[in-house]
Amino acid sequence: MRVDEKTLAEDIVRMSGTNVKKCMKCGKCSATCPSFEDMDVHPHSFVTMAEEGDVAGLLKSKSLWKCLSCFACVERCPRGVEPAHLIEAVRFFALSPQGLNKMKPDVVPIFLQNLEEKGAEVPQQLLTSAFRKYSK
Amino acid sequence: MPINAESGEFKPMIVAFCCNWCSYAGADLAGSSRLSYPADVKIIRVPCSCRVNPLFMLRAFQRGADGVIMCGCHPGDCHYTSGNYFARRRMALLFSMLEYLGIEKGRVRVEWVSAAEGQKFAITMNQFAETVAALGECKRLEDLRCQP
Amino acid sequence: MQRIGVFVCWCGSNIAATVDVDAVAQAVKTEPGVAFSTNYQYMCSEGGQAIIRNAIAEHKLTGIVVCACSPRMHEATFRKTAATAGLNPYMVEIANIREQCSWIHKDREKATVKAIILSRAAVAKLNLDSPLTAGETPVTKRALVIGGGIAGIQTALDIADAGYEVDIVEKTPTIGGKMAMLDKTFPTLDCSACILTPKMVDAAAHEKITLYTYSEVEKVSGFVGNFTVDIRKRARSVDADRCTGCGDCMEKCPSKKSKSEFNQGLSNRSAIYIPFAQAIPNVPVIDREACIKFQTGKCGVCQKICSAKAVDYEQQDEIMTRRYGAIVAATGFKTINLGRFEEFQYAQSPDVITSLEFERLCNAAGPTKGKVMRLSNHETPKTVVFVQCVGSRSTVECGKTYCSKICCMYTAKHAMLLKEKYPETEVYVFYIDVRTPGKGFDEFYRRAAEEYGVRYVKGMVGKVAEENGRLRVQASDLIADKQLVIEADMVVLAAAIEPDPSARNLATLLTASMDTNDFFTEAHPKLRPVESPTAGVYLSGVCQGPKDIPDTVSQAGAAAAKVIGLLAKDKLVGNPCVAGCNEPLCNGCSACELVCPYGAITYEEKTVMDHGVREQRRVASVNEALCQGCGACTVTCPSGAMDLKGFTNLQIMAEVDAICR
Repeated sequence: MRVDEKTLAEDIVRMSGTNVKKCMKCGKCSATCPSFEDMDVHPHSFVTMAEEGDVAGLLKSKSLWKCLSCFACVERCPRGVEPAHLIEAVRFFALSPQGLNKMKPDVVPIFLQNLEEKGAEVPQQLLTSAFRKYSK
Repeated sequence: MPINAESGEFKPMIVAFCCNWCSYAGADLAGSSRLSYPADVKIIRVPCSCRVNPLFMLRAFQRGADGVIMCGCHPGDCHYTSGNYFARRRMALLFSMLEYLGIEKGRVRVEWVSAAEGQKFAITMNQFAETVAALGECKRLEDLRCQP
Repeated sequence: MQRIGVFVCWCGSNIAATVDVDAVAQAVKTEPGVAFSTNYQYMCSEGGQAIIRNAIAEHKLTGIVVCACSPRMHEATFRKTAATAGLNPYMVEIANIREQCSWIHKDREKATVKAIILSRAAVAKLNLDSPLTAGETPVTKRALVIGGGIAGIQTALDIADAGYEVDIVEKTPTIGGKMAMLDKTFPTLDCSACILTPKMVDAAAHEKITLYTYSEVEKVSGFVGNFTVDIRKRARSVDADRCTGCGDCMEKCPSKKSKSEFNQGLSNRSAIYIPFAQAIPNVPVIDREACIKFQTGKCGVCQKICSAKAVDYEQQDEIMTRRYGAIVAATGFKTINLGRFEEFQYAQSPDVITSLEFERLCNAAGPTKGKVMRLSNHETPKTVVFVQCVGSRSTVECGKTYCSKICCMYTAKHAMLLKEKYPETEVYVFYIDVRTPGKGFDEFYRRAAEEYGVRYVKGMVGKVAEENGRLRVQASDLIADKQLVIEADMVVLAAAIEPDPSARNLATLLTASMDTNDFFTEAHPKLRPVESPTAGVYLSGVCQGPKDIPDTVSQAGAAAAKVIGLLAKDKLVGNPCVAGCNEPLCNGCSACELVCPYGAITYEEKTVMDHGVREQRRVASVNEALCQGCGACTVTCPSGAMDLKGFTNLQIMAEVDAICR
């Protein structure tokens, strides 16, 4: 792992506000996940990858855009690890050209269009949760 | 106050407070295992690290000690359940005050030594004596009126 | 002014080889208070002790300093020597010049100088010593055991077998506790009732044991050796002396809609009831909440039917005050409330049950006569999913952070029992870790997987939903990295266990400390695991931490041994090195009361003379029987009123001064 990748991983974890070290690998997040079948990397692996600093893997994963942000994993994790918040943090890292939390309502249409042209999908919940958390 | 031998070698004066149940027993074990540490270290037995009043440490500096160390049971192992937690807090406050007064950090120390850790006791005392010796005499709080 | 004698020991060559013992004896002669000093080959030998005794008499010594080995070795010896010579045994100080001097230094000169300094410090301390007398208190030779489960029963039996009177206070109508509800026990699969009920009978029949069932401890005062306890004997509404236990009243009772506590609410019981057939005492109790007579005044069937005339509606609670030397807490546990784990549908679906409920279903004396069935339609389940760690090892609000310890083993047991009864059943066990540290435990678990074909899946169940009369269980298989969906008929949850809620109140009554999970804390986690830090209070069973039956029984025996050790003494000799309050200095701030780990400090209104003025003040008072002499209060005290006898502020300062001279 390169050094900058490691700091990047740490940034992402910090942004998400989760403590990946709390995970005891019980798998309840993956057990409860409604879009498990559509995912290539499953919620429990997401936590492990973040812990290992595998940023490339996180960014590449299809799961990033398959997560519904339903927060079932956050609700049911017995250790309070909050995998969905981790996924959101990676998403924002992937989306924000400047780096962190820069999405404003007026950029959304352009951004949606870009994504469409590139053939990506954005779940509605992502935008909802994004506005809920960051548009203020 | 240093005892200057004929060689002119600096001998720091070090007071160690040891709780009766863990650290004093640890010091005894160091002794029965013949693990040596400098003769500059003199141990005072107290029932528990929570018996160590910060004033005792100040008194030692006032009387010319060059370093003071307090040893107690490991957190969670206190014979009196929670004494070492009290001691830890008191020492944290005392040490920050001592630093403010110009006493170097290396002159004071808290170490948890169990009754089974004779080796740790000896290593701790060797390191501490070395640190204090390197810092030299401690005149900062010494009260000359106390001298005979 | 003291007259101090200093006795320097050679310890053969152990000390004399590195320390110039004669020089030490000479050097201390000029110290204040020193009237005599000498050295001898072996101070601890009879010859050495004779020298000390003679010197005390000859030089009219008021105290002695022995420069020898560690006080942990021979302090007690020299105290006895001093006492035989008529000195107060606490007028003895030891300078440790062996372990902390001769054994660690090679340079004779340095070692001698250090030995002199250490001896000087001991002399300086002794100059400020005052004679101390250890308080003596008589011991009430009777023990109280609170809780009548296997822990309490075993502790009581062991104490009683040693010849001491024991009272068991149990809050439910019968002794037996949780173990009575179990079907089989791991890892031997022998029947729980078969091994427990004989013990219950033994306890009831033992001439030294008195049972107070349906009773609770209401007030505790006193201290080690001398507790006074108020016990509330709740009104049973049945005269235990008259009742023959025939059971006619239960049969005829028209109110039969109450949930049976013993069967975990899986069956109903009458308002007048005996919890289970082997209950001890075999005397019914009227549940006044459910009784028609008590609620409406119109009924009285049980009284009419009782040929022994035992039913007594007028019976009142009775408060008994009894005295005890020792108290054992054996309050046990309960399973946590699973209502808040909505993902498992425990509150919604009757087919989702706890392990303890499953235990009752398996039991031949249980609500289904041992037939494992779905509670929704009374059919035998074909697929059963066991979920481990439900609420255990969880940092969320409704869970418990600790491992409940017993679930891995009982789940393996349940899976095996189920497979034994219904070999065609498909059994899944979802686990995070399988923890089986115990004799024959791992073999037992592997037997479940290998011989019985129980499917152990590493992963957790995330969701249970009722669908077409079955349960859709969504879970993860972490090793296959798959999400599994199982159509199950029954889900069994290994609910975390927590201390019985009555323990919290009891801890307050006993001033025994508890951890954040409401388990009693032990005096030392490794070396004193069955004693509470509060002297005279002992811990037995799960009230101290999760335990299985073998652990509970061994801990119960250990607690009994400690109690016997205490009761065997006629008098308790306290530690005289206890805290004391200088009343004129005390400002009544309560700081010492708050730090005292033993609850030994209380505040009293007292008349205090302050500079010739007589004043009524609130001052600290130390119970010397409870104080263990840690000294936490002495440092906390802002006005310097608290001091520790034997280790006073002035004494320690004098030692510091002597060392830094």
